[in-house]
Amino acid sequence: MGDSTHTRLSPSWDDPKIVVESTHGWVLYLNEVTVSFDGFRALNELSLTIDAGELRCIIGPNGAGKTTMMDVITGKTRPDSGTVFYGDNIDLLKHSEAEIASFGIGRKFQKPTVFINQTVAENLELAGAKNKRVWPMLIKHRDSEELDRIDDTLRTIGLSQQANRLAGVLSHGQKQWLEIGMLLMQDPQLLLVDEPVAGMTHQEIEATTEFLANLAGKRTVVVVEHDMEFVRSIANKVTVLHEGMVLAEGRMEEVQENSKVIEVYLGE
Amino acid sequence: MVASIFSNHERGGKILLGVIALGLVVVPFCNLVVSPESTFHISTFTVTLLGKYLCYALLALALDLVWGYVGILSLGHGAFFALGGYAMGMYLMRQIGSRGVYGDPVLPDFMVFLNWDQLPWYWYGFDHFWFAALMVLLVPGFLAFVFGWLAFRSRVSGVYFAIITQALTYALMLAFFRNEMGFGGNNGLTDFKDLLGANLQSDATRVTLFSVSALALAAGYFLCRYIVTSRLGLVLVAIRDAEDRTRFLGYRVNYYKLWIFTLSAIMAGVAGALYVPQVGIINPNEFQPLNSIELVVWVAVGGRGTLYGAALGAGIVNYAKSTFTTLLPEVWLFVLGGLFVLVTVALPKGLAGIAGRIKSFQHG
Repeated sequence: MGDSTHTRLSPSWDDPKIVVESTHGWVLYLNEVTVSFDGFRALNELSLTIDAGELRCIIGPNGAGKTTMMDVITGKTRPDSGTVFYGDNIDLLKHSEAEIASFGIGRKFQKPTVFINQTVAENLELAGAKNKRVWPMLIKHRDSEELDRIDDTLRTIGLSQQANRLAGVLSHGQKQWLEIGMLLMQDPQLLLVDEPVAGMTHQEIEATTEFLANLAGKRTVVVVEHDMEFVRSIANKVTVLHEGMVLAEGRMEEVQENSKVIEVYLGE
Repeated sequence: MVASIFSNHERGGKILLGVIALGLVVVPFCNLVVSPESTFHISTFTVTLLGKYLCYALLALALDLVWGYVGILSLGHGAFFALGGYAMGMYLMRQIGSRGVYGDPVLPDFMVFLNWDQLPWYWYGFDHFWFAALMVLLVPGFLAFVFGWLAFRSRVSGVYFAIITQALTYALMLAFFRNEMGFGGNNGLTDFKDLLGANLQSDATRVTLFSVSALALAAGYFLCRYIVTSRLGLVLVAIRDAEDRTRFLGYRVNYYKLWIFTLSAIMAGVAGALYVPQVGIINPNEFQPLNSIELVVWVAVGGRGTLYGAALGAGIVNYAKSTFTTLLPEVWLFVLGGLFVLVTVALPKGLAGIAGRIKSFQHG
């Protein structure tokens, strides 16, 4: 893409948005979460805490349980045991995917998943609809406020020219951006982003880095990523997963020095 | 490209509505006014045949709404059609009164034949048209709601859902074949005399039924069109194309599926209710799994996810069926099978897709 728009990319939310009640300062709290598939333990008593406003990177080799962890948080996979709390009061294991999304947890998939038979603008509209229940969706029309938000988001993600094209004909990088735009429209408090820069060009990676870095402090962001250079460029705090457990956690420089980490991951 | 698909879609809808409007004017006129000797006369037999096609078209529309737009492949929609038909059939049976072969003032002939001495409780109310009309909507709607609630809640989808809908219609067929169910067993309900006081054999009644079917099809089309062009329609297509993604955006996918499935079943029930007085019989064969599969072929041939394509597909395939079963009865099933293979392999968007392709070719 390489549009100049990306360089001034920043979300329209200026104020920190803390909706969820959190007396301990954390937004997301996983305790001893275990998920097994046919005897294979994808998550093995995983415990993890994410603070409000943090930008956390989760790294780890294939099969470390990164995507499974995202699935547990967003309600797609139910763990065999353990607890997952969003803020102080919301037990995420008791809620469906849709409810979890409505609490303000947004997710971007590893493989960009957009609605290919709908236009870019319609994709954003779907993400941003205020009341997502059946009846309001049937009788309410899009209002000017929503149209403005769609326009803003289109500009932010640099797809204004493509607004009326089908999402299916976009390039891979554009789909990634569209998905990020959908997250923006959802206006979540906690963003779970799975491999955001996979398949992106250098320019696009830079723009994404800037975008995510801008979010820190305003929203809580959890990024799962393989691209170490990208992780180095954005992360304060890194969690290394291995075989469904936390292997190490800390600042990138510390983690890089960790002998266990070097052995299983970085040194390869 | 988007624009061309859309305008083409619109044009197809206009063609469908044009055909309906034309039929509403021409058919009654050519049957009731033009003298039987004239070449322009349309026989009452043809009027009824066309009325049947209209009911099939409404049924196809109902299936297209769930299959074409939400991606729920139901192979049991014939069951909802048949249930609507039975509700209407029960009303028509009650209208026979003492004019049955046995002349019993209360019981329909088949109950007298089975030596029953009183009307089963579930036949109460069916002597009122309003009650029967309500049941036409409620019975298929309720069944679809309960069935859908269980299936969608358990995330049953795709081919598994298709299989259990086949099982549903098959189970209903077996149940309705049983005499002790009280729906006439394998003979079903027939020998109807009149509907709201109008003699079912008269030309005027046949023409009226044809016209009501045409209006019902038009109303069904407008309703579906309203739904798929609303924001709800965006959600439906989103569910079809990326169900998980839709959930993660905060949509309660199960409810969406349940409402559309229920609405579709109600539409199928209305189609069945209009069908029965025209063909004069309803029996358990209407529940045959094969019927529901044929219905899928109509929609696939016409063009899935276009509404008008489904309705026109129902008309075209059934016209072909009428022709083939008259000329070469043994060939029909091969033609039907061949048609399905051809459409699946070569025309994933059906006849509506060909029209779209020709148009986009013209536009370069």
